[in-house]
Amino acid sequence: MAAQIIFTLIAIAGIILFGLNAKKVIRNIKLGKPANRSDQPQKRLATMLKVAFGQTKMAARPVPFVLHLLVYVGFVIINIEVLEIFIDGIFGTHRVFAGLGGFYNFLIAAFELLALGVWLACAIFLIRRNILKLKRFSGVEMKTWPKSDANYILITEILLMTAFLTMNAADAKLQSLQVGHYIQAGAFPVSVHLQNLLPDNTSTLIAIERFCWWFHIVGIFAFLNYLPYSKHFHIIFAFPNTYFSNLEPKGEFTNMASVTNEVKTMLDPSYTPTDVAPGKFGAKDVQDLNWVNLMNAYTCTECGRCTASCPANITGKLLSPRKIMMDTRDRLEEVGKNIDKHGKDYDDGKSLLDNYITREEIWACTSCNACTEACPVNIDPLAIIVELRRYAVMEESVAPASINAMFGNVENNGAPWKYSPADRFNWAENN
Amino acid sequence: MEFKVPTMAEMMANGEEPEILFWVGCAGSYDERAQRITRDICKILHHVGIKYAVLGTEESCTGDPAKRAGNEFLFQMQAMTNIEVLNGYNIKKIVTGCPHCFNTIKNEYPGLGGNYEVIHHSQLIQELINQGKLRAEGGESFKGKKITFHDPCYLGRANEVYEAPRKALEVLDAQLVEMKRCKANGLCCGAGGAQMFKEPEKGNKDVNIERIEEALAMEPQVIAAGCPFCMTMLSDGVKLKEKEQEVKVLDIAEITARANGL
Repeated sequence: MAAQIIFTLIAIAGIILFGLNAKKVIRNIKLGKPANRSDQPQKRLATMLKVAFGQTKMAARPVPFVLHLLVYVGFVIINIEVLEIFIDGIFGTHRVFAGLGGFYNFLIAAFELLALGVWLACAIFLIRRNILKLKRFSGVEMKTWPKSDANYILITEILLMTAFLTMNAADAKLQSLQVGHYIQAGAFPVSVHLQNLLPDNTSTLIAIERFCWWFHIVGIFAFLNYLPYSKHFHIIFAFPNTYFSNLEPKGEFTNMASVTNEVKTMLDPSYTPTDVAPGKFGAKDVQDLNWVNLMNAYTCTECGRCTASCPANITGKLLSPRKIMMDTRDRLEEVGKNIDKHGKDYDDGKSLLDNYITREEIWACTSCNACTEACPVNIDPLAIIVELRRYAVMEESVAPASINAMFGNVENNGAPWKYSPADRFNWAENN
Repeated sequence: MEFKVPTMAEMMANGEEPEILFWVGCAGSYDERAQRITRDICKILHHVGIKYAVLGTEESCTGDPAKRAGNEFLFQMQAMTNIEVLNGYNIKKIVTGCPHCFNTIKNEYPGLGGNYEVIHHSQLIQELINQGKLRAEGGESFKGKKITFHDPCYLGRANEVYEAPRKALEVLDAQLVEMKRCKANGLCCGAGGAQMFKEPEKGNKDVNIERIEEALAMEPQVIAAGCPFCMTMLSDGVKLKEKEQEVKVLDIAEITARANGL
């Protein structure tokens, strides 16, 4: 009974804590400007099912695709087992679904095989990161916390799977010894090989089984609460992020309605501006971005496919689309903490542009969309870069001199170069 | 040119309307290398007998480089002025000689009141080939030649046009080879996003060198392009690698015109 109460308290605490953290994250995302992504719900749903649920964009890299698929399928399906553990924990039952008989055996066997798959995949992921040192996982933004974060996630998953399999091995051994409530249930194709490693003493076996059971389930609650601090948040955000992703052609940049008003008024003095909230042009800080940009930042799992495909980064420039996303999240977290501590209108004198993302980075972008194409969860780093450029150009009039010269040429000559508009048709005469 | 390129102003004066407006673009109008592509597009239009016209001196920058560089004011000024001209001439269909103009007019003008059917010249060539109006006959033979196509970002990833330019090359009976980074994974030439008009940021290589090395590794006789900016970047790369004698950088329109002896 005490165990049931402790379990229930841990479960409630774990879920409430996660709820509070999630609420804060949603509050942070809502600091962003509005963006209408409620159109075409069917197409959005299809995109989510295809890209997030179906993992289609992962297939471009077959090795991580297969490994990630193992972890993903394992994660989703083993959660059925977590449901059983949860019920057992609250009601003090043991293997409550055992009544399913043959199907239960099938389920447990499948969980065990998946657990082994997750274990192996995570081990290979660790090797890829720490021994093979794949280039994609390095970069200026991948030092300190992001590097540890990735390893913590993988090690935790390995520990959880180890606990799950050890629990089953001890349970099966207790079943064969016909100890107490350890009823005959389940099939154990993987953990059967661990049984010989375990002692034969009944009370030690029970202790091992109980320890692993508690470790597994408490570990899952702890992991849930780790998500808001981690890149692993993508396991949740991948779904809304793909649902709300951009459905327009990638080359289409938004037309700023506030600018349309001003330009129309300039061209036609009799024009009555539509109701658009005036404000800053472009983005200097995270609050100037829209909520989709901010959700993108929480979704990023720092896989680096964007950066690996970025022509600027490939050729040694400072720009890394992954860093753009990580900086946005870091700054947003900082702004969120400032609000918690000092209230809504607190200004810490810092901003996303300059304190996190430099001008050198934003001006190195070729707007080629390789990053958005590469992202397995439809994150759009380019949208953020463009907003930062808009701020630099329209609010500050600060751009590279040659860009300013190009603006001048477009404005005066109707071409980005210094040619006379009168010569525009000369090509037809020359040969 | 052996024929006169008709302008919209003339057409209107004669009470005529063209089937399609050829939007030349700034590079196609002023850049000497790109002017050759522009003239070849006109030759193709003239050859197949499509009733077309250009804006001539009434054309102006679409605003693309301004928009990519963050100058939305300048972009919308350009866009609205152009839309006024285009709507004034009652334009319905536009073919562009540049993927940047194509993307801007097709995707960003409708929101500002400019609604047209917009195609890139590679799509026009594909259409003409499909209709049997263009084939690779009567001109230079590309048979058996090794050709690799460099996808322009604003045609490919930005608008998912991958097949049209390849269709134009398929009819040549040439040997088409794809670079590893092609189609949706194509590598930018380095000119997009207003990079064309500025010096690159500090790095260890220029983007066009990275790209040309990949292209030259295929040992092609022709590198095919579909964008005047890519043309500049790729040609510069070939020059820098001193491969001008062995490798030609040609636009899809130039290849088509040559293959048809235009």
